[in-house]
Amino acid sequence: MTTDEIRNTVLRMLCEVAPEADPALVRGDVDLRDQLDIDSMDLLNFVISVDEELGVEIPESDYGRFSTLDEFVAYLAERIGAPAPGVP
Amino acid sequence: MGQFVMPALGADMSTGTLIEWRKAPGDTVSRGDIIAEVHTDKADIEVEVFATGVVEELLVEPGAKVPVGTPLAVIREEGEAAIPVAPPPAPAEAPPAPAERPPRLLVSPSAKSLADELGVDLAFVRGSGPNGRIQRRDVEAAAAARARAPSPAPAAPPPAAPAAAEAEDRQAAMRRAIAAAMARSKREAPHFYLSETIDLSVALRFLADENARRSVQERLLPGVLLLKAVALALREVPELNATWQDGKVIGSDRIHLGVAIFLRGGGLVAPAIHDADALNLDELMLAFRDLVTRARAGQLRSSEFSDPTITVTSLGERGAESAFPIIFPPQVAIVGFGRIVERPWVSEGQILPCPVVTATLAGDHRVTDGHRAGAFLIALDRRLKEPESL
Repeated sequence: MTTDEIRNTVLRMLCEVAPEADPALVRGDVDLRDQLDIDSMDLLNFVISVDEELGVEIPESDYGRFSTLDEFVAYLAERIGAPAPGVP
Repeated sequence: MGQFVMPALGADMSTGTLIEWRKAPGDTVSRGDIIAEVHTDKADIEVEVFATGVVEELLVEPGAKVPVGTPLAVIREEGEAAIPVAPPPAPAEAPPAPAERPPRLLVSPSAKSLADELGVDLAFVRGSGPNGRIQRRDVEAAAAARARAPSPAPAAPPPAAPAAAEAEDRQAAMRRAIAAAMARSKREAPHFYLSETIDLSVALRFLADENARRSVQERLLPGVLLLKAVALALREVPELNATWQDGKVIGSDRIHLGVAIFLRGGGLVAPAIHDADALNLDELMLAFRDLVTRARAGQLRSSEFSDPTITVTSLGERGAESAFPIIFPPQVAIVGFGRIVERPWVSEGQILPCPVVTATLAGDHRVTDGHRAGAFLIALDRRLKEPESL
């Protein structure tokens, strides 16, 4: 899975958790909780989706490692072992 | 012979609009079955029936807006013979002409759910309900038509459904409903407030340990510990778990926690988790998660609106440090939690960083006083320091 694919998958899952969000307007460098008005229940639902769809179980102790979309995609890419953008 | 009446789904509701019948004359119903969907200023709600028997007659047409307490249907309870019934009173507002196309997309909660399930785009469904509201049968018809079609229909622009206008209408109605209930509460119930800052270090360690050994799906949120601690503290100070009706306080043997849930886009609802004190943490987490999900999907049930015996509101991790909430009538108390923050804390002669939460209780002086409210907060504090007992 490439980082672009991870990004698209994450955006889709975020919009399932917060259906009012427009994926085209989600900025990569802004805190997701502020952008999408998500709370701890939404975050848990999102983490469950990541576990079920991507097979990545995120420990609570890692929550502090990401607050933006860019940070989360980088985190997942590291966990999955995805190639960096532009790398075949 | 029992009458099914327009229920009062909160103190702020004086009328409701019948959206859709989910049962027909001759259908058997059991206590707890969903019999109808009702529109209120706060939400569309699935209404449960509180009798077991057979639907004898439907007295009100979908689309009618009627006062709370208006008979909507007659239910012949088990063992009763069928008898004729008097005609219902005139509705507060006659059902609108069905031919008018609604200016915005109106969808019943069950239709919305069914559309999601069947993959039906509601923008292309014509509603047959009052005000053109889309109902389950419309979604089923659309799904059937799609299945019969020889090829997918070409993409067409959706009808001009001004979603923003719809959202504004709902927002305005919800704000009016909240304002009415809160103004009544402040006018009628003499509020007093007490607060307590509670050391959560033991509770959060317990939670971290629990979650570390659980699957993602089984994790608990801090809010669940707060809810359970409130429920157990209420057992010790039961006079706060009550309602004020017709000049009298009516205590409740059961603890139905109203949980304030913010809705994205504005507004909030506070439906009940029933018998919260009797649920273990896993059960409470499941109920909490289910309630939040359904609240935000517009799929709450009538008993969840009518049954809370006290409300808990939590500002969450992005809120302020303390909350001073207004009692939701006819309840006589509400508990507010601020954000969990780390603060210097003196413990055994040392100043250490410590996660704390400020719990505030608003009580109704007609029913209780600061002494008992203080006892509640002390019990709450103690419960949260003994998380293994939750």
